[in-house]
Amino acid sequence: MARRVMAQVAMVMNLDKCIGCHTCSVTCKQAWTNRAGTEYVWFNNVETRPGQGYPRTYEDQERWQGGWIRTKSGRLKLRSGGRFKKLLSIFASPVQPELADYYEPWTYDYENLVQAPLGDDFPVARPKSLITGDDMAIKASANWDDALGGIHETGHADPIVKKLREEANQQIRFEYEKTFMFYVPRICEHCLNPSCMASCPSGAIYKRSEDGIVLVDQDKCRGWRQCITGCPYKKIYFNHRSGKAEKCTFCYPRLEVGLPTVCSETCVGRLRYIGIILYDPDQVTKAALADDKDLYQAQVDLMLDPTDPQVIADAKANGIPSDWISAAQKSPVYALIKHFKVALPLHPEYRTMPMVWYVPPLSPVVDLLKDQGHDSEAGGNLFGAIDALRIPVEYLAELFTAGDTEIVTRVLQRLAAMRSYMRDVTLGRERQPELAEAVGMEPAALEQMYRLLAIAKYDERYVIPKAHREQAHNLEEMGCSLDFEGGPGAGGEGPFGATSGRVVPVAIESFADAKARQRDASGA
Amino acid sequence: MNVLLWGILPYVVLLILVGGLIWRYRFDQFGWTTRSSQLYESRMLKIGSPIFHFALLAVLMGHLVGLLIPMAFTEWIGIDQHTYHLGAVYGGGLAGLALIVGLAMLIWRRRSTSAVFRATTWNDKIMYLVLATVIGLGMVATLTGDTTPAGEEHNYRETVSVWFRSLMVFQPDVEAMAAATWQFQVHILIAFALFAMIPFTRLVHAFSAPFHYLFRPYIVYRSRDVDPRRSSTRTGRGWDPVGTPDNRRTRR
Repeated sequence: MARRVMAQVAMVMNLDKCIGCHTCSVTCKQAWTNRAGTEYVWFNNVETRPGQGYPRTYEDQERWQGGWIRTKSGRLKLRSGGRFKKLLSIFASPVQPELADYYEPWTYDYENLVQAPLGDDFPVARPKSLITGDDMAIKASANWDDALGGIHETGHADPIVKKLREEANQQIRFEYEKTFMFYVPRICEHCLNPSCMASCPSGAIYKRSEDGIVLVDQDKCRGWRQCITGCPYKKIYFNHRSGKAEKCTFCYPRLEVGLPTVCSETCVGRLRYIGIILYDPDQVTKAALADDKDLYQAQVDLMLDPTDPQVIADAKANGIPSDWISAAQKSPVYALIKHFKVALPLHPEYRTMPMVWYVPPLSPVVDLLKDQGHDSEAGGNLFGAIDALRIPVEYLAELFTAGDTEIVTRVLQRLAAMRSYMRDVTLGRERQPELAEAVGMEPAALEQMYRLLAIAKYDERYVIPKAHREQAHNLEEMGCSLDFEGGPGAGGEGPFGATSGRVVPVAIESFADAKARQRDASGA
Repeated sequence: MNVLLWGILPYVVLLILVGGLIWRYRFDQFGWTTRSSQLYESRMLKIGSPIFHFALLAVLMGHLVGLLIPMAFTEWIGIDQHTYHLGAVYGGGLAGLALIVGLAMLIWRRRSTSAVFRATTWNDKIMYLVLATVIGLGMVATLTGDTTPAGEEHNYRETVSVWFRSLMVFQPDVEAMAAATWQFQVHILIAFALFAMIPFTRLVHAFSAPFHYLFRPYIVYRSRDVDPRRSSTRTGRGWDPVGTPDNRRTRR
């Protein structure tokens, strides 16, 4: 029996480039969650770290009970309990976050601005709760601690800050001059070993066998809301209007026609990379059982080398089309994770095998150096600083490597070496190959990495093979989004049949397709 | 009249229940949900909901035992009527009490938490009314239904249960049911209304009790649909637009 091989769509985000503009969040919301019941739902959100995240303190799994744990007998178990316990607690989910842990969505009573009777005072638009309809005092929202706002009060509740304070006796300073900051955009991790899926009593959450995207079947979901507890990233949300779970879809309708997700497409920093990786699904559980410190490596090892002839043969035997295999070979995600080894998974200790990885930011170190008056781009200074400035490194290690600072240090050193090396290139100075050697890389590889991280164009950042099927034309237009009952596009049966004389809807997917066809035809 | 109520109506209700469930399964999977309000309010729900649901399961078990097991059988294994009756009144009464307490907590929560109250539809309100009536009448029947107004002793196992079992073989023993006390008769009639409502209210979630969770693999792989399949829910339901007081487009 040949080894099973499956393809998985994965993403890498380069955190050094994130400026926290929230464009990804806003465009995602406009595309997917601008509906009643999903007002508080952010499939994509951008968190400031240090900070509490969204929903607040979601990383505190002692409290929220997300993800997997390894039992003493060496088996994988949902932290929130086994199957019997889940069924017994189905009548009231024991640890579901409440709206207060997210925020109460609101709108403003704009009508009052134009309808208030003439008077001495200016009319105001009062905030009205979208939940109760009453006047409300706005106390929180998805980014209440954006850019460290109010951090001296809220920062201490950051689960990582707490952990470092209690276990490593590391006091993270929140004074303006002494603190550090970076942004973490988060979407659903589309895990290889998703605990939301394992928690679902109805079996409504599934992983697509072609591309590994994790979706909720809206017809099968019965609203037991165990997935919300199960997901340690709290990236499954409860639509309180429809009574069903909803989550990030990795923009699968776009992906199927070869386009990146909305969040990636609109990212002004161009910091997101999308590509395919190949893996053996039968090894996932074993990898998820590794020791905390080995989880990162176990997950890297899970990704198969798409240039290995044996892997290619196995992939073909498993029905993975050849354009998918060549996409896997060109995958920027694979390059960043396994070739350059600069991307890290978010919280591998949850053992869900997340598939959205991050290049950790060097900027906290650079900024601190600069503030202290050093040349923040010089290799020696940077290397020394990564070692000396323990706090940002420890913090990053808690996020990305289950606390292993060595791995984070190695990645940051590679990024630092690249910076220093490329500065000499840019300024036309003598190159320092020893910078590359110091981090175990060839100078040429360092330049390749620079190219991928700094100037990779659209087609290099997003290597997305189209959904492979002979009826691919079906995907081009799945129906008009305005075609709901009473909507402007409601076609209905005309005297000349249902389709006669209807407006042809144009979606971005079809537009991109048509453009590509034109380009091919003109030979450009 | 008796034939209509106890001979025909039960089958009509059964038809509505089964037909309604099939209809809902075929055409409104999207609406088939618990419509949980835990996101709004968790503290009271965590107490009230388990009390209510577990008590409901206990009451259900009690009904099955009382209706399905013939008196001859319990006497044969040596449980006399007095012992059985004590067990039924105390066991059933306790479960019924817990059910009423749970329901009262849930209704209080629904009324007093404005977010939950606002999410309560007319459908829910009517359902709660019928549900509460059935439960209340069930308690009344348990406590007072064992004597007829004339003061004679009445044993539902010789009337209601006999009738219920006769329904299953399509030979409704109308006379047996007609001989039951009014408490039982009214309880059953309102229960008919409740059963008929199940497919059309949120109570439908009882029929998706996820026992298969105990046996399915944790990770579910599913192939992309070859044909882009639309939901079986075609009209009338779906995701709502955001509704605000000055922008009432919300369909309910």
